[in-house]
Amino acid sequence: MISLAGRDIMHAWGKFVFTGVGLGLLIGITLSMAGIYRGMVDDAKVLLDNSSADLWVVQKDTLGPYAEPSSIYDDTWRSIRGMPGVARTANVTYLTMQVRQGEHDVRTMVTGVTAGEPGTPGWPPYLVAGRQITRGHYEAVADIASGFALGDRLQIRRNHYTVVGLTRRMVSSGGDPMVFIPLKDAQEAQFLKDNDAIHQQQRRTAANPAFNRPQVPGLLDAVIASQSINPYVNAVLVQIESGHRAEDVAESIRRWKRLTVYTRSQMEEILVGKLIATAAKQIFMFLVILSVVSSAIVAFIIYTLTLGKIREIAVLKLIGTKNRTIVALIMQQSIALGVIGFVVGKITATLLMAPIFPKYVLLEPLDSIIGFFAVMVICILASIIAIRAALKVDPAEAIGG
Amino acid sequence: MGKGILIEGLKKRYGSGDTAVDALKGVDMQVAPGEVVGLVGPSGSGKSTLLKALGAVIEPTGGRMTLGGEVIYDNGWKVKDLRALRRDKIGFIFQAPYLIPFLDVTDNVALLPMLAGIPNAEARKRAVELFKALDVEPRAKAMPSQLSGGEQQRVAIARGLVNRPPVILADEPTAPLDSERALAVIRMLNDMARKFETAIIVVTHDEKIIPTFKRIYHIRDGVTYEEAGEGRSFD
Ligand SMILES: Nc1ncnc2c1ncn2[C@@H]1O[C@H](COP(=O)(O)OP(=O)(O)O)[C@@H](O)[C@H]1O
Ligand SMILES: [Mg+2]
Repeated sequence: MISLAGRDIMHAWGKFVFTGVGLGLLIGITLSMAGIYRGMVDDAKVLLDNSSADLWVVQKDTLGPYAEPSSIYDDTWRSIRGMPGVARTANVTYLTMQVRQGEHDVRTMVTGVTAGEPGTPGWPPYLVAGRQITRGHYEAVADIASGFALGDRLQIRRNHYTVVGLTRRMVSSGGDPMVFIPLKDAQEAQFLKDNDAIHQQQRRTAANPAFNRPQVPGLLDAVIASQSINPYVNAVLVQIESGHRAEDVAESIRRWKRLTVYTRSQMEEILVGKLIATAAKQIFMFLVILSVVSSAIVAFIIYTLTLGKIREIAVLKLIGTKNRTIVALIMQQSIALGVIGFVVGKITATLLMAPIFPKYVLLEPLDSIIGFFAVMVICILASIIAIRAALKVDPAEAIGG
Repeated sequence: MGKGILIEGLKKRYGSGDTAVDALKGVDMQVAPGEVVGLVGPSGSGKSTLLKALGAVIEPTGGRMTLGGEVIYDNGWKVKDLRALRRDKIGFIFQAPYLIPFLDVTDNVALLPMLAGIPNAEARKRAVELFKALDVEPRAKAMPSQLSGGEQQRVAIARGLVNRPPVILADEPTAPLDSERALAVIRMLNDMARKFETAIIVVTHDEKIIPTFKRIYHIRDGVTYEEAGEGRSFD
């Protein structure tokens, strides 16, 4: 027996290739969508991995520091440092903002890291170029995705920083490249006001009789000084001594310090389950819509091709072709369309779409396999309408009136 | 090979009640193996209905049909698998060739033996043998769309013959052909009938070929009348 489906496809290959490519672009978008979601999850994991922390200590009852604002005193780390099971602690600040370089500015997540040696929590664990921050002020390590280069001068608020090192794949959960600067600078940047605002505040303070008391010399100066420093950080990153369980240490910090503490797995749950949940839902909706559109296209094309063959199908039935053979003819064509579409889609997603998307697109082999089977199921379901039409054809039609 | 066609008191009523149409009102017909008979009648007289009943694509409402010695209908189907019956016992030739456009000429014909489970190579060999007799051998590898109308019709005839069915039903097979080709087709059907002991019914109102039949059935209002034809030979 010969493959009727194969022969028909060879005969009308132009139609198949054309439709297959169109379907393929849709499948490519679908795979890229899934890849964007995977990329977001992966970015979140990399963000957590690269902070080299076992615990995140944040403001009580917040989902900080990534999913909600959190601020705690910048000396909290000292008391945590002394607790059993704690190996290292470090303050950290995160602030998403525009960073200016020359003519243009880039949206980044400015991260303030505690001075120390490599391996300090919050520090980028490896660099692709240059060196880590060594001076206490005005040096920066930027992610390569920001487009900054070694030696660039960055402007963050009123201060200028020199790029001394570059990282790769260090982005916020929103996909913004990270720029690391010394903690003190970052604390200042979070609260730094322009000159006018500072003068304004000083004038208000001076005008307040409670602070400006001639009989207490130095009070006004002290108040103004306290107003201009920022004693807060967003979180304390904690590394645990080996032999201790993260959850145990977290529990004792929670109990004694009245702070909220998250372990690595809880943090991942917050990032994936809360922070990118909306984006994930949106992507899921896109996947649903794209699947529906793809099914409609396949169903329409296969149905049209089948309607164009009604007379041939009547002849085939008249000369004794089994229904099974006719069903196979239509279903195989539908599957062939799906295979062409999937191959085109996989190629476009890998070679064309993933490289040009601004966000990290992670094409997981498992997603491709699931995608392939989804396409097959869609194609088989989409061929049902055409198959019903074909089975209804009366062999008597071949004889005519 | 075959034992011809025997139709006794065949009835077909379309619909029921007030709108019922009695398309066949008791048709009697007999075609011997090796014989080609004509079936002529005005439009609406029941020719197509008779071919469809014989071709097992519509169910009669009464009477008896015997094909190749086997009773296929006796007030009800006597065979379970009507498709297999059509495939193995009946060759169809239509007014239009109705070739499968995506199969080449050889496979259009070889498809039938293939459907009956004959290996591809053997099936194609049978097709090509017929092409020699039908003078379309040079076009064996062509696609149907590359053939002239006459060539297509000859391929369709080969398709009707390839399984060596005991019965061939031809509906206006010469309508699209000029008189020379029409006569050639009839000659071929006669040759095939004689060679393979096939019983052939040709529905027609083609004046060019009517004189060639030795026997003709006239059908009018669902009833057949037999008549001797001129049986003109063609040399
Ligand atoms: N499917 C059908 N339903 C109802 N009546 C039909 C049907 N097919 C044919 N007829 C009627 O049966 C009669 C015979 O038709 P048909 O066999 O097609 O005649 P012919 O082929 O000789 O023109 C006509 O009166 C026609 O209207
Ligand atoms: Mg008719």
